[in-house]
Amino acid sequence: MAEQQNKITINGHDFIFEPDETILSVAQRNSIDIPTLCYLKRTIPTGACRICVVEVKGARSLLPACSTPASNNMVVHTESAPVIEARRLIIQLLLSSGNHNCAIRGSDGKDWTQFQLDVQKDDGSGELCPVWGDCRLQDLAYKYQVNGDKFPSTGIRYPMESANPFIIRDFSRCILCGRCVQACNEVQVNNAINIGYRGASTKIIAAGDRPLKDSDCVFCGECVQACPVGALVEKESRYKVRHWKTDKIQTTCSYCGVGCQLYLHVQDNKVVKVTGVDDVPPNFGSLCVKGRFGYNFINSSERLTDPLIKENGSFRKATWDEALSLVAGKLGKIKEEHGPDSIGVLTSARITNEENYIVQKFTRAALKTNNIDHCARL
Amino acid sequence: MTNTIGDVEEANVILLTGSNTTENHPVLSAFVKRAVKFKGAKLILVDPRRIKMADFADIWLRQNLGTDVAWINGMMHVIIKEELYDRTFVENRTTGFEELRKVAEKYTPEYVESITGTPANDLIDAARLYAGAKAGAILYCMGITQHTTGTDNVKSLANLAMLCGNLGIRGGGVNPLRGQNNVQGACDMGGLPDVFSGYQKVIDLGTRKKMEDAWGVTGLPDKPGLKVTEMIPKAHDKTLKALYIVGENPLVSDPDLNHAEKSIKNLDFLVVQDIFMTETAQLADVVLPSACFAEKEGTFSNTERRVQRVRRAVDPPGDSKDDWKITCEIASRMGFPMSYESSRAIMEEISKVTPSYAGISYDRLEEEGIHWPCPTPDHPGTPVLHTQAFPIGKGVFHAIEYIPPAEQTDDNYPLYLTTGRIIYHYHTGTMTMKSEGLNERAPENFVEISPADARKYGFDNGTMAKIASRRGDITAKIRISPAAVRGTVFIPFHFAQSAANKLTNAALDPISKIPEYKVCAVKLSKAA
Ligand code: SF4
Ligand code: SF4
Ligand code: SF4
Ligand code: FES
Repeated sequence: MAEQQNKITINGHDFIFEPDETILSVAQRNSIDIPTLCYLKRTIPTGACRICVVEVKGARSLLPACSTPASNNMVVHTESAPVIEARRLIIQLLLSSGNHNCAIRGSDGKDWTQFQLDVQKDDGSGELCPVWGDCRLQDLAYKYQVNGDKFPSTGIRYPMESANPFIIRDFSRCILCGRCVQACNEVQVNNAINIGYRGASTKIIAAGDRPLKDSDCVFCGECVQACPVGALVEKESRYKVRHWKTDKIQTTCSYCGVGCQLYLHVQDNKVVKVTGVDDVPPNFGSLCVKGRFGYNFINSSERLTDPLIKENGSFRKATWDEALSLVAGKLGKIKEEHGPDSIGVLTSARITNEENYIVQKFTRAALKTNNIDHCARL
Repeated sequence: MTNTIGDVEEANVILLTGSNTTENHPVLSAFVKRAVKFKGAKLILVDPRRIKMADFADIWLRQNLGTDVAWINGMMHVIIKEELYDRTFVENRTTGFEELRKVAEKYTPEYVESITGTPANDLIDAARLYAGAKAGAILYCMGITQHTTGTDNVKSLANLAMLCGNLGIRGGGVNPLRGQNNVQGACDMGGLPDVFSGYQKVIDLGTRKKMEDAWGVTGLPDKPGLKVTEMIPKAHDKTLKALYIVGENPLVSDPDLNHAEKSIKNLDFLVVQDIFMTETAQLADVVLPSACFAEKEGTFSNTERRVQRVRRAVDPPGDSKDDWKITCEIASRMGFPMSYESSRAIMEEISKVTPSYAGISYDRLEEEGIHWPCPTPDHPGTPVLHTQAFPIGKGVFHAIEYIPPAEQTDDNYPLYLTTGRIIYHYHTGTMTMKSEGLNERAPENFVEISPADARKYGFDNGTMAKIASRRGDITAKIRISPAAVRGTVFIPFHFAQSAANKLTNAALDPISKIPEYKVCAVKLSKAA
């Protein structure tokens, strides 16, 4: 029977899998949590981090769930003792590579002052991690109750790069999971960054190890959204935005006709950051530089705040009542004297459907002309 | 688009033309790039500039500006001659094939080469590749429409798609990429001189009657009104007296700006409703401050006809208001009361009077958008158009002859100019130029020129050049780039200070009335 051939047992429960499905995919579909770091949806799994390892009956070693295909009658345990032990070790190693000074690394058994000093020694600065509380590695350290004390810190090999308007690359926090590289090359296909050098010197580099601003990077920020830790962060919101203080509102990008779904992150009634909405069409989390970083106009001091009426060649502030009465009066008079077709209306590709509908209704039903168009073809 | 954005990844062959996709629709370009790199699709690019997508193309046809009908006819010539077309589709679902065949006959690859400059063999390869695809998608943008022959170009692409049976299937279609976020919605909602919402014609008595009943009015106007490109000349000769402009900045985006500015100054009364003091707002008698997308509830319709929610995230600044509220207030004060409780209530009215939106409601848009046509509340929406039939029954082939662009180069104006956008800015820059980061990446205007032309005219990278057409002149920095092709320069149109549209030609397509932004003749000299 077909069903018999597609059966996998995870943590004692039987599930049916689809052809070509991985263990991770079956687990996720059935709400079984397997932690991942390097696995990035829509790309070919690399198996780089091994945090997703699971125990498969009959296998000689633990297998990464993200890149191991489900097979018939497979028996899997996702949180067995060996699995947990392996994950703890991986997390400990990651925490000791570079600078993970989020009070997860190196805080136990020492007093706070000593901790601060250690932080400064590691970091070259007193800066705590900017993504504190919004980091997959930190989450895992909490979940598996480990810190970075077990191994000596590897220190910091590469200085931070901030020479562009949008993205800070903090190599000291990079865990070399490779998600950014996949995001850039397999999702956005911008081919701007890659894994460079080898062994202990491994670094994520743009061609020729140049700064992003002199590379093929187009600042789509896909890599930032993919980075599970604080190695790639938005320059603008760094240290300004605390994620638990922000609200995320899903809306539609106001730039081009792709209509990407995005979250506006709002803190104190201000849009402080934008991210793509994963898993939802049309963009499935991807954005471009305008959608992700072009939000400053919203809060610009140059926004118009009051109705303005021109008098003797210059504008003065007016109340709504005054301005609206003036507009209605003038349009009414022109309509009466020169006929409805002496008035034209331009509506906009930037306003909503509802507003476009209202503008055409106004033009046709109140002004009584069909002189309505928009500039979008221009 | 007849198909969806996601559909692009299902195509076996993608024909991309007149779209600098990586700059103008970056996220959509990723779908094309993924299709090519990971799904084995072949890309045919037809573009006068060596744009980024050329790196991904299997075949790049570099046509002379404004010669699109010629290469499309040329492809059809090859496809018909070699009998590569989809006979069943042509027989069952189209009419006019004979006429098309007759016109295509003379567009031999050699004749086409003499017009377009694309090698005859490349054209043959492209034709075979497209015709041989199981599913072939055509994607195009304003490089196709912004010509005096824009309508011809679009119809020709539709001919090509029908000829190969590439309509109504996944991964196929004829897909215009909309430039601005809600162009689709502005059109859907009747922001056009000849139709109400849902493309219901104003000349149709029954439709007018229906709208009159729905709106509680009588005597809705029955003649199609003026298009924007007709309004400007009417303002110039003072037959148009007043303009109410909502959220547009024609003083950077219009062709032949010098003329447009004079025309707008001739108006008796100008009202501009916007979020910034734009170049156009400066000339207004009254400026009304409105809320931006992050401050309002509503919907946008994207290029694939997907209606999606817009949600309020922050309060609008100062006294500014939702655009719809402002317009309703003006209407009410003119004796036509309009008032709604919310944008949701407006959508309820839209769905009542607009068959293609009849099944759309905010409740259904909560998680993700829906593609219109969506005729009933339980209809799933229509991702792919024309799967069974065309709205008019059979698809009509339009036999179309090539007509050269309105303006040609000559001894005085020896170079062609084409205009467009760059990734870091958007339209007239009113929004993007408020971002320091975007400005840092693209601070000022430039003129992109090929290395060969730069040598010929003695320009170094970064020197200031004066660019003049028959209508005006601007100065901009020289940018020598391999993207430019000899004989043609490119200027983005975002920058008001040295607006490319002081140069462009206002010659219009006779039907769409879209100006020929993509071709005009210019000369370059060192700036004083
Ligand atoms: S911002 Fe985009 S283009 Fe630049 S490195 Fe990141 S993913 Fe690549
Ligand atoms: S920068 Fe971030 S995403 Fe890239 S390899 Fe390092 S940790 Fe992973
Ligand atoms: S994020 Fe970029 S590609 Fe997406 S809708 Fe906005 S402008 Fe277009
Ligand atoms: S998530 Fe599976 S190996 Fe990294």
